Amino acid sequence: MHVARDLDLERELPPGREETTADLELDTLLDAMAVGDGLVREICRRELLLGLHDLADVAHRQRALGDCRANPSVVRDLYALAGEALVDERRIWATLQRDSPRAMLGTAVRKLEVLAGYLRRLRDAADEHADAFSSPAFTRLFAQIARELDDGYLARVDHHLRELRLSDGMLLGARLGPGAAGTAYSLRRAHARGLLARLLDRRGLSFTIPERDESGFRALAEIEDRGVSDVAAALTESVDHVHAFFVALRTELAFYVGCLALDERLAAKGEPTCIPTLSGSGAPPAGDRRGPDAASAGDRPDAAPLVARGLYDVCLALTIEPRVVANDLNADGRALIVVTGANQGGKSTFLRSVGVAQLMAQCGMFAPARSLRTGLCSGLHTHFRREEDADMEGGRLDEELGRMSRIADRIRAGAMLLCNESFASTNEREGSEIARQVVRAMVESGVRVILVTHLFDLAHELWERPPAPALFLRAERTRDGGRTYRLGEGEPLPTSHGADSFQRVFGRPLPGARPGAAPPPATGLTATQPTASAAGEPAPASEPIPASEPIPASEPIPASEPAPQPCASACAGDTRAARQAG
Amino acid sequence: MEAFESILHPPGAAPKLATEAPAWFADLHMDRVVASLTDGREEFELAPLLHTPLRDVDAVAWRQDVVRDLADRRVLEAVRELCAELGLVRRRLAPAERLPHPIQRQRWLLAAAEAWCAAVPAFDDRLAGLELRSEALIGLRRHVSSYTSSDSFAALARETADVVAGLDAVRYAVRVSGARVTVGPFQDEPDVGEEVRATFERFRRTVADRRRVTFPSRVQADHVETQILDRVAQLAPEPFAALARHSERHREFRDAPIVRFDREVQFYLAYLEHIEPLEEQGLRFSLPRVAAGSTQERASQTFDLALAGRLAATGGTVVVNDFQLRGTERILVVSGPNNGGKTTFARAFGQLHHLAALGLPVPGTDVRLLLADRVHAHFEREEELRTLRGGFEDELHRIHEILEAAGPDSVLIMNESFGSTTLHDALLVGSEIVRRISELGALCVFVTFVDELASLNEHTVSMMSTVDPDDPARRTFRVVRRPADGLAHAAAVARRHRLTYEALRERIAR
Repeated sequence: MHVARDLDLERELPPGREETTADLELDTLLDAMAVGDGLVREICRRELLLGLHDLADVAHRQRALGDCRANPSVVRDLYALAGEALVDERRIWATLQRDSPRAMLGTAVRKLEVLAGYLRRLRDAADEHADAFSSPAFTRLFAQIARELDDGYLARVDHHLRELRLSDGMLLGARLGPGAAGTAYSLRRAHARGLLARLLDRRGLSFTIPERDESGFRALAEIEDRGVSDVAAALTESVDHVHAFFVALRTELAFYVGCLALDERLAAKGEPTCIPTLSGSGAPPAGDRRGPDAASAGDRPDAAPLVARGLYDVCLALTIEPRVVANDLNADGRALIVVTGANQGGKSTFLRSVGVAQLMAQCGMFAPARSLRTGLCSGLHTHFRREEDADMEGGRLDEELGRMSRIADRIRAGAMLLCNESFASTNEREGSEIARQVVRAMVESGVRVILVTHLFDLAHELWERPPAPALFLRAERTRDGGRTYRLGEGEPLPTSHGADSFQRVFGRPLPGARPGAAPPPATGLTATQPTASAAGEPAPASEPIPASEPIPASEPIPASEPAPQPCASACAGDTRAARQAG
Repeated sequence: MEAFESILHPPGAAPKLATEAPAWFADLHMDRVVASLTDGREEFELAPLLHTPLRDVDAVAWRQDVVRDLADRRVLEAVRELCAELGLVRRRLAPAERLPHPIQRQRWLLAAAEAWCAAVPAFDDRLAGLELRSEALIGLRRHVSSYTSSDSFAALARETADVVAGLDAVRYAVRVSGARVTVGPFQDEPDVGEEVRATFERFRRTVADRRRVTFPSRVQADHVETQILDRVAQLAPEPFAALARHSERHREFRDAPIVRFDREVQFYLAYLEHIEPLEEQGLRFSLPRVAAGSTQERASQTFDLALAGRLAATGGTVVVNDFQLRGTERILVVSGPNNGGKTTFARAFGQLHHLAALGLPVPGTDVRLLLADRVHAHFEREEELRTLRGGFEDELHRIHEILEAAGPDSVLIMNESFGSTTLHDALLVGSEIVRRISELGALCVFVTFVDELASLNEHTVSMMSTVDPDDPARRTFRVVRRPADGLAHAAAVARRHRLTYEALRERIAR
């Protein structure tokens, strides 16, 4: 019997895996999923990085995970059972005489006795819990166990093992080989126990090796070895096969065990999760520059969907005690998302939240959001700003461009590219020029680009002449300069807020910074201008919302509903797109 | 006559050693330099010495004098020879302290003393004819000379040689019968192995036909051998009694100042050994003129010692640079193309001041430097999730700390500050930081992409990384004194990486 392979363990992980893992802080996520279990960690890492590329596969996985969330203890028990089986089997040491068939046989018998006990327990568990599962994956597994590990089969296994303990000696078949010496010995089963022996005794064909005849005992042992060598090989192979079965079962379940651990961590913290809706492609079709407006994006949900409510960075949520700030996002059909605004205003966190949510959604997991609709992307690539390369010769820009070039080697239409402060290692003018070309080429090649940037020159240019329907988000601030860690839609502004940081750190104002130069907060959240944030959620009051406080529990409004009071600036992204469409 | 004390500092002027590496060490890659200097010399604990800059011009001069003497090949060889032999002494003393069996311990101590008695007079002989100028080495020579001619040393040498000879003369035999082993006097029994070899000699075809298994020499004998040893000692009590007496009398046979010299001179030897291959490749090192409180600085053909060490291993070429600070100039503002050697230049500048304050030769020629009270470095860090602070404010915090701690005699290395913010902010904040450094009067290298900072006031000097005019994407790594022109040639690099719009469209369509 074989565990149905829902995991593809042969597929090679994508080349940028280390970067993606580091950039999205996936280790934090994996630690929470694994809870110290290396297999769970490795399998979850594979699944997150590889993702699924067929909507049916995602649905299959989501249903299986649904079963797991409904029966967490059953799934964990099955996983533990497979693990125990392997541990107990490993406790049986092969004897030192590895090339002795008798020793091999003895080891194989003892291992199989152990494994058979676990097969029975597995069957019992399947009998007990099969009804509680409804997903195709688990229904199939339990049906197979019930069918192939039935009582008759298990009894037959026990019988073999009893016999192969050879407690009553062994009966060997043999032929005469060259020189009339025995050859091709094989182990035989006596028809009636003791009958043959009694028969041989009566004919006087027995002899005894004297107690001190060491060479005699050695010769006899060799015959026995020849005799059981075939059965020993067969039984050792059987051990391998049953072993492989438990490994496969454990491996398949490891992913779900990881999901359950994460699920419970987030639930205990009160962070919401949802089953994401996946449809269509992760990026608009290549060369589609017509730019659907909000309405037509609704009509064509398959055109690069990306709508989230209460989306948060799951790794940050796992790192800090308080609830994290969540964002809404309505980027259906937008091939380009540009995030600008205040330093430490939550931009990197937002970028990670989108990336991790996409990876989770695409491997069939739940998503860290109140709701999420997204598409399958052909690959997720990250280009994050790094600490100076340890290599002293290579300059930073060169290193950055090298990384982007390696991404270009493997990126395809339909992929998602997350850029965090890319090309900031040269001056603003030139960084902007390089980035402009890269962004335009990527977007026009059918890649969805989400860009966090301080390069105002670049952001401004993209605002004025977007290469595709684009969404512009800005890290918000309150009137008094506090951070909200939230993003609202808004036009890129010509400065960030270094003057505030300077004043906070140095305890006095920065000379030369013009009073009142600080730009108004992002349009979604001004107190004087009642309006809505990106996805139509009523704007919270303009007080700063630090990370240490939970987000206000506002009533969710479906993303498809129009904002209660749309204002021109809040929908600036749409206006832009519409202008381009026109 | 003053007793010889140390070759690292004048008598009575020992500096207080740093307990850990300066904060800026890793940023300026001095940690790599120290790692390669201490590699293989762990037992000498050189790191604290390398972490502790001297604060006093006379102390620096004292060490520079030692370096000048060691520049004489014969002096250097004499010292190296002594250190190698004293290393042998240490290796023999280790089992003399560690082993459980008393006779073994005594024998190892004897062997160590034997090596010592050979090493020290040999050193004395080698130094005798040489011309020394440093107070430190002249003092050492005087000390070694009086030590080797002392009665106590003569007694040690004589007794050691006698005991060695007595033990070498002992012969004995061991008989093993079943489980039975018997030790007896040696009676000149013939060597069976030799006889067998002699018998079959005629069959041998080639000279190399010797299948001898070689056993590694062992420090410690097993319990069977030690039981044999006990019985040999009973057979020949005299040499062993002499050994025990030697051990009793000469347990601490070494001379403390010479032992101390052996450790301290590693400070110089490690460094000279490190720079020797670099000098062979044409790089120049020199002893700088070091002045307290002077901001007039210059250096020619200087370079990043850490980078040079690595390039020497891989055969790369090291690019050297010059700089000068005159009059009111205090701040070298370095701009220009990335990957053009700006950071390397900044590191070299910081390393230079630290190495000078260690009293060691520094990279470059015609070097004149301030004896800095401290070096401070600010290098950008990767954004950390756990700090929950953006890169920019983190940077400001660290710069603020540095400005609080720095004084007029400090050297500041500010590398690519404010890369995480906008040009506008970087200009505003950068200008303010440069102004504050100017007020402080500290020396500074300020690496920036903001051209305007290079001509901010009379304290700033503009330097630029340069590119090859024939191939703008290739960096020369030369940093030269020149007004900032803002041409970073980044687009050329983008072309080289095939990241232009046209190249990318073609690559992704494939």
